[in-house]
This record gives sequence, structure tokens and C-alpha cells, in this order.
Amino acid sequence: MSILDSKIPKGPLADKWTKHKNDINLVNPANKRLIDVIVVGTGLAGGSAAATLAELGYNVKAFCFQDSPRRAHSIAAQGGINAAKNYQGDGDSTYRLFYDTVKGGDYRSREANVYRLAEVSANIIDQCVAQGVPFAREYGGLLDNRSFGGVLVSRTFYAAGQTGQQLLLGAYSALNRQIGRGKVKMYNRHEMLDVVIVDGKARGIIARNLVTGEIERHSAHAVVLGTGGYGNVFFLSTNAMGSNVTAAWKAHKRGAFFANPCYTQIHPTCIPVSGDHQSKLTLMSESLRNDGRIWVPKHKKDVEAIRAGKLKPTDLAEEDRDYYLERRYPAFGNLVPRDVASRAAKERCDAGYGVNATGEAVYLDFASAFMRYGKEQAHVKGLDENDDALVKKLGQEVVRTKYGNLFQMYEKIVDQNPYETPMMIYPAVHYTMGGVWVDYNLMTTVPGLYCIGEANFSDHGANRLGASALMQGLADGYFVLPYTIGDYLADDIRTGPISTDSKEFEEAEKSVKDNIAHLINNNGKYSVDHFHKKLGKIMWNKCGMARNEADLKSAITEIAELRAEFWKDVKVPGSNDEFNEELAKALRVADFLELGELFAKDALLREESAGGHFREEYQTAEGEAMRRKEFQYVSAWEYKGEPKDAVLHKEDLVYENIEVKERSYK
Amino acid sequence: MNLTLKIWRQKNASDKGKMVDYPISDVSPDMSFLEMLDVLNEQLINKGEEPVAFDHDCREGICGMCSLYINGEAHGPDRGITTCQLHMRMFKDGDTITIEPFRAKAFPVIKDLVVDRSSFDRIQHAGGFISVNTSGNTIDANAIPINKHDADKSFEAAMCIGCGACVASCKNSSAMLFVGAKVSQFALLPQGQVEATDRVLNMVKQMDEEGFGNCTNTGACEVECPKGISLENIARMNREYLAASLKG
Repeated sequence: MSILDSKIPKGPLADKWTKHKNDINLVNPANKRLIDVIVVGTGLAGGSAAATLAELGYNVKAFCFQDSPRRAHSIAAQGGINAAKNYQGDGDSTYRLFYDTVKGGDYRSREANVYRLAEVSANIIDQCVAQGVPFAREYGGLLDNRSFGGVLVSRTFYAAGQTGQQLLLGAYSALNRQIGRGKVKMYNRHEMLDVVIVDGKARGIIARNLVTGEIERHSAHAVVLGTGGYGNVFFLSTNAMGSNVTAAWKAHKRGAFFANPCYTQIHPTCIPVSGDHQSKLTLMSESLRNDGRIWVPKHKKDVEAIRAGKLKPTDLAEEDRDYYLERRYPAFGNLVPRDVASRAAKERCDAGYGVNATGEAVYLDFASAFMRYGKEQAHVKGLDENDDALVKKLGQEVVRTKYGNLFQMYEKIVDQNPYETPMMIYPAVHYTMGGVWVDYNLMTTVPGLYCIGEANFSDHGANRLGASALMQGLADGYFVLPYTIGDYLADDIRTGPISTDSKEFEEAEKSVKDNIAHLINNNGKYSVDHFHKKLGKIMWNKCGMARNEADLKSAITEIAELRAEFWKDVKVPGSNDEFNEELAKALRVADFLELGELFAKDALLREESAGGHFREEYQTAEGEAMRRKEFQYVSAWEYKGEPKDAVLHKEDLVYENIEVKERSYK
Repeated sequence: MNLTLKIWRQKNASDKGKMVDYPISDVSPDMSFLEMLDVLNEQLINKGEEPVAFDHDCREGICGMCSLYINGEAHGPDRGITTCQLHMRMFKDGDTITIEPFRAKAFPVIKDLVVDRSSFDRIQHAGGFISVNTSGNTIDANAIPINKHDADKSFEAAMCIGCGACVASCKNSSAMLFVGAKVSQFALLPQGQVEATDRVLNMVKQMDEEGFGNCTNTGACEVECPKGISLENIARMNREYLAASLKG
């Protein structure tokens, strides 16, 4: 019997959340004023949670490491947000969104959580529109939708290629309203460096003021982490430079189990790596696969001619192109889920069909979309539909209104005009499905410590569908956590303010200060980036798109060695009591160096292929992922000193409302 | 490419600060401007010197955190982009590049090229929102159809990333483009009408209190804005302000 209690309410799937809301304890409005909540991270999950908790009447302290909550990396999400509104009348429903998400996650997510997510998804859109989020609209004035990978309906709401920005600014505006009212005290440029546990409950955090270097104690009755994913363990990812695992990892070291660390999403459509100087990778939204077709040349001789610059991709005849996704997956075509599309790109490139100098790129081609949209426009405007040049120009304008900012980003980075030549893309690390283990109430294994958004593990299983991250972040922050946290806080109405003058705060502060002193005084030989890049190489080569036992075993050893080297040889210039970005980076990389090892250990344990986790030993004859029944569980790791000593706890996944079957997109 | 960088160095808010020259060699034209600074910092760290502090985060032009004033222009010589999207192919071998922080009374320097833009946040606290509770118990999203033209205009205003390039580019250090964009986003939507009067009055009041200058219609902000926020947003804010003043 597992010690993990997921606290899933009893009863039929569709009634669980409603019933749960009716059953749990509430805190009366007068008592909410007596309760403090700390929210770390101000992206879609943290920002919306902080605003909503303050609206309910709690006293909220919110923290972000950026100079403003508006900069959280949710802002960079491009394509859209899913919601089961069925505005298109194409057969969508709560059940279908639930089904697609569980199937998309390769049957490795928790049914009850996913159903609740689908259930509240429609509310999110209502809420955002009421807040003034300017979603894309049709000429009739109603909301427009588009389609994303792994589904057969159009349920994605969007704001050009800046949906994340608009949703985050919506949450930020709700947060600003509460800051203005004095209900949220905002701490910008602060980094959480530890969570403080008093009498077995999370009662506060230790944070570093990134401007002055001051180490601060902050207390509360509960602590909420909405600190995002850990993709930067790979060094190169689509995450922001500052995105880090520190808050989640410190929580793990204080008793929160870490679940499924090896589930990482490698996004198929990113701008390929150009050189060693590269600091990050840039995503080209999945929404582009609505209109772009992915291909490589059919023949090696054409590949070579293209690489040598002797042949332009636009000159290659239709019959000499291999639209490999359309060929392999006729039902879903270019809109297969991300894990499937990424692996297919890797397969073609490994076979020698990559189209750039590094051999790691495939084409994403909009030529047929230009013509399709252009013909429609010509028809509407009464122009000559057979004038190819005119049609192409009209079509390009349509594409510009849909994805203009993405095309511009591509052109600035690659220095090629994607309206004239197909984009070159390659998979890159994008999102982490794994994260801190939480129960149905989004509480971790530490009482009073909650984890929401990408930072937790709950809803996406082994692979997240496009446009579902925004949905989960806002669902957790606006609609789930604010209810469930009341059940816990109801016991705290007579507790009174939590003192920061306790031995627990003192101990946590001391451990943070000791760590910092070690790094500052270390005077080693190499910069922080030196170690981070080395870690990234190990992760990408051995824990990336395809993994095997031998590589994972050597990754575990190499990461442990690198970590020892880091503590011995890292060089952090400057002092603690000033703005010191190298110090901030060093503290983050120290945690990545521990997480990376647990990641590899988790991947080694999981002797199956599921979603983003692909073990070369476990694949079908066609090279598809092979799931194994005996791994139908969540691996939740308990910290016991070194990552290698982490203890596994299993949460069995039970599917009562969905038939577990082979995940096919053919 | 080999370049000479002239960079503003300032230890902290109370330090006077000065320009310091740094030669840098083997710069690839495919590097982004910030990657070039990463290389410089790596070299400085290896030499035992203090790296140059600069703000940055997403490095894809959307978070608004990066903020350099390069050769006398906010976000450098290219158009429609932020500093993190500026690539070294915009420069020539042998160039001297001057790098300063965004300068304005309302943006005090924290260190080197890092400035404090919390004044922007405070303007938003004053009224940059619609007062609906986040309970989800609102009307159906499609209950209010919104004219596509207005919705698109609202979106164009909402694209502002709050970087402060408009302020840094303005000879008066005016924040009217930033504030105008937020006022316009809501002014163009039916949801924003209820609080329109208070919003514009409160936001403009806060803007003035923060020490931003006034607008004299030179239009430099629009030229340097990485997101192409239009001057018409300032005009719209002025109309809203006038109407609100007459009412209030």
C-alpha cells in the first residue's frame, strides 16, 4: 500500500469536483483576514492564484524573481488556450477534452484531475473575456478558434501568436487590482531559496532580495509554489534564462515528493541550434502546424544539394518531397501530438535527411497555405483566382495576420524570409510534465505546501497537448486552488500570525547563508555557465528524445561527478550584498545539478516508452512508443540526501472512465 | 568581427557611474546582442573582473525585461524588435558600440545597465484593470459580440510589453505611449466602459506622480517601440482624459 493519498473524491467522475466543493471546509470572510498566504511565482498559475486568494480576503504575499510579475515566462506562450466551449459545434465536450488530454498524455495522468481541468476550462474563457483579454474574433464579433495537435476539433482560443502574453497580462491586471487595494504585497526581484517547515507544516520561506542581497524571512499559514518547469536543466531550452527549479527543488528537499521528473516535452517546431554561443532556443508555435506542412527531401542527393546551397527547397518538385507526418499518420497528419512529431523529425534526421549544415533541421512549409487562403481571398474580393502571384500575395497577408509575429521572430533570428522559403525547424526542450507531486487538492506531501501550474505534475501525464499549459495554469490558479486551500486553512483561523523568530526559520536562513558564503568564497576556476552547459550536454545526449539503459547509467555518474566539480571549482565574482546575477545563477544551477541526476534515475527506472519518455529498448516494430502495463503508475521520489538515494513511492493510476488502449494517430 | 564596446558601469544606485571601453573579438554575426554580452561577461569573469549587469529573461522579445540603449537608440538600430532579438549582423567589423541603460528620472539605475521600472507597475496598480472578480461566475464569453475591428485595435494596444523604450526614447521621458496603450486596450472594449472615467484619471495621475514628462508629439516613442504601438493610443488617451475631466 502506497503512503501516497491522492484524496480523489468518491462518486461518478463528472460529479467529483462539484461534490468535493460542497464537502470541503470553508473559511468565513472575517476569518480570511486573519490568514496569510505566500505565493511564489507570478505566472499564469501564481499570478491568478495570488489575485484570487486576495479577492477572497486572504492576506497575500507574492514573490517573483523578475522585475515585474508581468515578465513571468507564461508571457511567451504563443499558440492558444484550450476550452471545451464547443463554439464551433464540431462535437466538442468536457468529456472529449478530458479524453484527448488523457490519451495525449499516453495514459499516465490522473483521471479525476484531468476531468476537473476540462470541466473548468470553459469558465476560464468567460473570465478572461470579462477581464478584457482581447482574444481573436470573427467578423460577426464572436470568438475565433483554431486547432492544435492530437485532437480532431477546434477548441483553441488565441490572440495571434501572443496568447500567453494576453492571458498573463489579464492575470497581472487582476493582481494589480489587489496590489492597489493593499491585499497583495508584491515582492519583485526576490528569489525563494528555502521553504520553512514548522511542526510539520509549511509556514514560510527564505527569500533573497536580488537587488540588495538581503536574506529575508517571510511567514504565512500556507505556501503556494507556482514556479514553472525545469526545462533549463538542459541549458538550451525554450524557457526564459531565469526559469529554474530552485523553489520546487527546495520544497523537495524539505519533504515534498517529486513526481515523474523524466517526463519532458521536446517540442517539434523550434528554431535549430546555430552555434556554441547560443543561450536559448526559440519556439515556433504549434499553431503553425495548422497551416504549415512538414517535409524533408525524399532523396539523399537532393539533401546534399540543399546542404551545399546548390538547390533551393522551393525548387524541389512535389514528388521529390517526403511529407513524412502525412505519410505516417494520415488521420492526424501534421497535427499529431508533440512527442510523436518530435520523434518523427529525429528519425528522418538520424537517417540523414536533415536539411541544414548540422543535419538537424526539417522544413515547415507554408506554400500551400498561401495558395489556399489566397484563392479564398481572391474569390471573396472578386479577383482573378488563376493569377498565382496575386493569389500568393493575398494568401501571405492572411498568414501574416494569423502568425505575423512568429514569422518576424524567425526572420530576425535566422536571417531568412519565411514567406519566401520554408522555415527550418528542429525539436527542442520546451515543457516539463513532471514536477512536485500533489494530491487532488494540489497539496504536496508537506501539509500547507501547495504546488500549481507547470511546477506540479498532475494533469498532462507523459505528454502535454498543445494549448493545455495555459489552461492548466489558470484552472489551478483561478478555480481550483482558491477552493481547496480553504479546506486546509479552516484549521488555522485561531492560529494567529506565524512568528519568524523560531529555530526553524533560523536553521533555514543559516543553511541558505552558508550555501551563499560557500559559493562566494569558493574562488574556483570556472564560471557558472561552464557547468550549466556541461550539464545540458549530458542531459540532451543521454536523457533527451531517445534514452537507453547504458546512457542513463552513465548520465547518473557523470552528473554526480559534475556536481562535485561544481562545488569545488565554480567561480562566483562579486559579493552577496549587491545585485549579483552570477550568484543567482550559481544557486539555480546547483539545484539543476541535483535534479538532473534524479531525472536520469527516474528515466532509468521507467522501462517503457510513454509520451515524451522514449526508451529505445521499448518500441513497436514501427518505432512507436511501447507502453507497459506494469508501469501504469506515478513515480514519486522522496528525498534522502543524495539524489541517488531517493526513495520511490508509487501512485497507481486507475482508469475507470476511459479505456486504456494503444495510442494511435494513424 | 572585432568590436569596441563602450559600456556604462555603475556599481549601485548611489555610484556616479562612467563609460568603460571593452574590446571584444571573434564575434559571430549570428549571435544575438545579448549573447555577445554573455561572451564578454564570460571573459570578464575568467579575468577576475566584474561582469556587466543587464536585465534579460525570455530572449524572444516578449517579456519586456531587456532594456539597453545602444548607439543612442532604445533596443538598438534594428526596428520592431527588442535588444534580445537584435543580431550582430546589424553591425560591421571594427564598429564601436555604445551601450547605456534606459535613462529617465522615473527609471533609476540599480546597477550598470539595470534600471528600476517599478513606476510602470504602480501606474498599472492605479487603474490598469477591469474590476471583475476572478470567480468564473461571469457571463458567457460570447454573450457580448465585439466588432472585430475594435477587438483587433484593442489587441494591438495590448501588445505593449512594458519595456520602457518609449520613455527612454522621449526627450521628455514621457510614459504616454505606455499608459495610452493600456487605456486604449480597455477603452476599445465594452467591458472597459464601466470604469473608463476613473481609470484614465487615476492612471494619468499616477504617471505624473512618478515623474514622467509630458508628450510633445515628436513621435520618437512610436519609432523605437519594439511592438509598433501607435501614437493614436496617446490621442485616444487624451480624448478619454478630457471626457473624464469634464465628467469628473
